[in-house]
Amino acid sequence: MARPATRQLLQGLGFCSPSIIGLAALMAYPMAASLYYSFCNYSVLRPARFIGTANYRHLLTEDELFRTALYNTAVYAVWAVPLGIVFAFVLALLLNVKVRGMAFYRTIFFIPSIVPLVASSVLWIWLLNPQIGGINFLLDRIGVDGLLTRFAETAPATARWLGFEGGRLPGWLSDPQWAKRGIILWSIWGVGGSVVIYLAGLQGVPKELYEAAEVDGAGAWHRVRHITVPFMTPYLFFTLVMGLIGAFQFFTPAYVMTNGQGGPVDSTTFYSLYLFNVAFADFKMGYASAMAWILFAIIVVGTVLVFKTSARFVYYGEGAGEGR
Amino acid sequence: MDVRSAWGKLVVLLILTALGLTFLAPLLWMISTSLKPIEETMTLPPQWIPSELRWENYSKAIMYQWDRAEDVVPPFARYALNTLYVVVLAVAGTVISNALVAYGFARIPWRGRNVLFALTLATMMIPFPVLMVSVFAIFRSLGWVGSFKPLWIPAWFGSAFNIFLLRQFFRTIPNELSDAARIDGCSEVGIFRHVVLPLSKPALAVVALFCFMYTWNDFIGPLIYLTDKKMFTLSLGLQFYQSQHGGTQWNMLMAASTIVVLPLIVVFFLTQRTFIQGITLTGLKG
Repeated sequence: MARPATRQLLQGLGFCSPSIIGLAALMAYPMAASLYYSFCNYSVLRPARFIGTANYRHLLTEDELFRTALYNTAVYAVWAVPLGIVFAFVLALLLNVKVRGMAFYRTIFFIPSIVPLVASSVLWIWLLNPQIGGINFLLDRIGVDGLLTRFAETAPATARWLGFEGGRLPGWLSDPQWAKRGIILWSIWGVGGSVVIYLAGLQGVPKELYEAAEVDGAGAWHRVRHITVPFMTPYLFFTLVMGLIGAFQFFTPAYVMTNGQGGPVDSTTFYSLYLFNVAFADFKMGYASAMAWILFAIIVVGTVLVFKTSARFVYYGEGAGEGR
Repeated sequence: MDVRSAWGKLVVLLILTALGLTFLAPLLWMISTSLKPIEETMTLPPQWIPSELRWENYSKAIMYQWDRAEDVVPPFARYALNTLYVVVLAVAGTVISNALVAYGFARIPWRGRNVLFALTLATMMIPFPVLMVSVFAIFRSLGWVGSFKPLWIPAWFGSAFNIFLLRQFFRTIPNELSDAARIDGCSEVGIFRHVVLPLSKPALAVVALFCFMYTWNDFIGPLIYLTDKKMFTLSLGLQFYQSQHGGTQWNMLMAASTIVVLPLIVVFFLTQRTFIQGITLTGLKG
């Protein structure tokens, strides 16, 4: 019989073999290949031809659509992620109030987040339809229509700038100025997952602190601001990082809602949608690989920056980090 | 937040009711439209209750463009079968491979274990597009493009997140149980199968459920690899259907959407506890 250390090594390697093969064949090799392709002219149909840094140079200096895609993605990330976090957090606070039947409400807010992305996108094509869709109907019903008309009369320039020219209701997916906003609105519908995470986090906030604060005369707002929020920062931070990474890979709804076109006028050509089209519609695989590596660089730099600044606002409790 | 006064609770409930109705409205509308005659789908104000229930919208949506000479089952039934096929193989692969790997990381001390584990975790950082092109090239050279293989075979090679989740869970199982089994002459594989796996059902359920959800929803995978309409999954089929019917036959489109959504909602209600537990784990351990 082999020595225990050798035997354990063999057993360990044996159990981990799926992962070892996967790492080599589906991660390490593809990464190396993709890095190489990014310096090549490559269509999959013919062997890759090395062209140096031409792909990167073209992307960074000449490709207008690349810049548009970066801009669209940044707008989406900057709006959808924080709005989603704030909305989910407020919702979690409300759902954490101890009332009978709250489980029912929690279920309601969670359900949209399990609707398959394609189905939810199809549904939102209708919701965002300016003529027959549910959202403009609702806006009209609650009197936003009239408000907008008055707004456009008193401040036409501002109204035009904000996208309310002539006091019209938003054109959503058919209006370049509104298409991204429509998709951001869609993203709010799926915050259920974050709500569940926050609800779990809220159970860990020490009750004594609320009582002590109340004795000291702190109002509801102060208790949320100075007790709940600090204790929730690890969860908020987690959803922020995951949200930002997800935003840069945002694909399916943009593809389905615009039939893969990123329209109108490229206003919903997000980074990953453009990348996909470059790779699988134009078969410019080398160029797409270069885009993928730039994306990777953005995600790494972004994550490092967020982590660096997080030390200032994320609270892990007394003595945390020592025992982990 | 601690709201104790009856008025405060009432206000919270009112806000939640209004928001909740807004959140549910799209889904209710989807179901209601799926049962309407076509004339009632475009009326303003929207008609919430169809004047008569047209169940045949469903059969029409399922049988849309059914060429009986080409396929014995109608298109949407075919999409559902294809999806089920991929889901079953992917879930089996995910549960088996990740459990094995997690066991190797959690319960066997071996040289190089920590390095490999760190490497595995690091793969979570790699964005999909970085791998997309070269993995496509590999599968193409294997002749797998246009088959289901690229959609489920990778699931048999472990994924970082699941490995992490299961490893954390396996580590909570007392070592004494393994030691006792070992003294009784149980092999490592035996301990894995008869001691650790039976105690890990909740964690395995989370992994299986998430894989089911992911595979059922997956759009970009089928979009890249499936070329034949007969092999579409539900996600791809629905997108195809929408691109053909967009903005015209809302009742049929919504019937098709309902067919895609309903199984997931049913699964959610059946597995609610596992579900919430899984998401909570994600947030807490992340």
